[in-house]
Amino acid sequence: MADPLLRVRDLRTYFYTENGVARSVDGVSFEIGAGETVGLVGESGCGKSVTALSLLRLVRPPGRIESTSEILFDGQDLAKLSEKEMRKIRGARMAMVFQEPMTALNPVFTVGDQIAEVVRVHHGGSKKEAWARAVQMLETVGIPAPEQRATEYPHQLSGGMRQRVVIAMALVMNPALVIADEPTTALDVTIQAQILELMRELQQRLGTSILLITHDLGVVAETASRVIVMYGGEIVEEAPVDELFKNAHHPYTEGLLNAMPQVGHERERLATIPGSVPPPTAWPKACRFHDRCPYAWDRCATEHPPLYQIGPGHSSRCHLAEEPERRADKHEPFVVMAGAEGRP
Amino acid sequence: MSNAPLLAPSSPLLSVRDLTKHFPIKKGLLGKTAGAVRAVDGVSFDVMPGETLGLVGESGCGKSTTGRMILRLIEPTAGTVEFDGIDLVSLDSRAMRRLRRKIQVIFQDPFSSLNPRMTVGAIVREGLTIHKIAEGAAADARVRQLLDEVGLRPEYVSRYPHEFSGGQRQRIGIARALALRPKVIVCDEPVSALDVSIQAQVINLLEDLQNEFDLTYLFIAHDLSVVRHISDRVAVMYLGKVMELADRNSLYEAPQHPYTHALLSAVPTPDPAKEQARERILLRGDVPSPLNPPPACVFHTRCWKAQDICRVVEPPLLQVSPTHQVACHFPEERKLV
Repeated sequence: MADPLLRVRDLRTYFYTENGVARSVDGVSFEIGAGETVGLVGESGCGKSVTALSLLRLVRPPGRIESTSEILFDGQDLAKLSEKEMRKIRGARMAMVFQEPMTALNPVFTVGDQIAEVVRVHHGGSKKEAWARAVQMLETVGIPAPEQRATEYPHQLSGGMRQRVVIAMALVMNPALVIADEPTTALDVTIQAQILELMRELQQRLGTSILLITHDLGVVAETASRVIVMYGGEIVEEAPVDELFKNAHHPYTEGLLNAMPQVGHERERLATIPGSVPPPTAWPKACRFHDRCPYAWDRCATEHPPLYQIGPGHSSRCHLAEEPERRADKHEPFVVMAGAEGRP
Repeated sequence: MSNAPLLAPSSPLLSVRDLTKHFPIKKGLLGKTAGAVRAVDGVSFDVMPGETLGLVGESGCGKSTTGRMILRLIEPTAGTVEFDGIDLVSLDSRAMRRLRRKIQVIFQDPFSSLNPRMTVGAIVREGLTIHKIAEGAAADARVRQLLDEVGLRPEYVSRYPHEFSGGQRQRIGIARALALRPKVIVCDEPVSALDVSIQAQVINLLEDLQNEFDLTYLFIAHDLSVVRHISDRVAVMYLGKVMELADRNSLYEAPQHPYTHALLSAVPTPDPAKEQARERILLRGDVPSPLNPPPACVFHTRCWKAQDICRVVEPPLLQVSPTHQVACHFPEERKLV
């Protein structure tokens, strides 16, 4: 098999704060193939957005990508590039779609100017050519009357239109990889459906790889072919999308899936994961999920689990892989909700 | 507030009729009115004692404005809100304030709805003081009891909101709403800002409290699966109007309004097998501006079934079965999964 488009090895992004070192991303390794859509899921504070920012080298001090980290993209290690070299990649070979289109766009320039600027920076050429390319791109993402819309400012567009503009801006240089951080979270459900459909269609046409970061497992099921679940700055499970939803292995993934309201079980109690995600300055020792886990036993509090291979393309960071019979011993986790949830 | 017994369970606790809010738009130096945003336009529904009525729709459909008009945090342009036989809209502000202890609210954003300079104890206690329900040691004891009821440690009384996570803050907001032993709680997107596992904790809590204290909820949310989980009946709103109102199972399993079809079909299912099998209806374009809503049926500009009549005659919200109302000239049952 050919080399994957992106190969991340032992990515560590730490923030050196007054309250200690926040190990937001702590030894993450994964690959993305050409034309593949990978979903990255987890709750707030699990490290998924910092992972995205690290790939684009957008981490600001006091944050730092540790020197052990490798981000091999297109045969180069992005972690070792200078800022100047990185700028040639960002927006051209690798682009990002942010959650909030209103803040991702500059309010004082027309959307046409903003897209054309990307073309001029990376490609050069005349202003006229860049503008024509911007208009063409707006048309590609399904904006009606693109010549007219290109002359408008972000506030004149609806939320769904703005997100289309952001996608147009990300795709204008035909990047190999698009990182989409919660691209539909701020949108209404019918507009979300339009944007997801657009992303799917553009990917098929352009062959772009997508890293889709989301907390919404429904969006992942609809869009991704492979899923990575993060918790506590680490990958805790990785599997093809069907396999993950059918045979979730890690108790955290299981908890996330069970916590969602299910059809046919209305008004019944929802399964919950007690407590909440700990702060990145104080991940629990050994297994980072053990104090919220309904299966945890003494081993989980003393031995950090590796990513066990449990099936084709399916891995899980849980000792249950070696001691599956323990799954029968479901118990109340060791935390009391009210106590462990408190940060103070 | 009288302690008169509630009406018989068969009559509604909350009865909303033709509720309307037009926000005027002022233009020019003299502030002449130059039009209006028709945020809510003739909404009617009942909420029965002890039930949960879900109110769903996309941003700008008027669901939150409806909730706030019921609390009279926004003054209605027209219409009535009857609570336990009293028309809230005609009450003066003093009478309304007294009645508000019976109708409480939980807001969406647990970060901006709690005063950062007040301790948790003071936040929960404020209502008790204002309504002269408890003072001194009795109030202290009540506050501790309330925190316990919502799953927070009573010792937290002296802490400040910033010391808590989003889920815990939402619990503080719930304790504050419960303090006055209300009959009705308007829940305005109470779990939208929370992660899925925390969301489940809060939904369970709301259901437990409803059972324990016989509460009636108006549950406003945009998340259709959460609304399905918690509601007994559901109203779907679009551009300030109710499009469809039915008991939960009819609405989700046999919806009749094309907008409801589109809305339900747009929700991604967390199951790749079902995801591929399900029917998807993609709506064209955006929601029209409430400044200038389409005439007659407000949905006709995006509806694939629209005929001439839809552009001329507004379809009334009509009963199609004892538990199902639809505002469409061409209602049709449709299974979506």
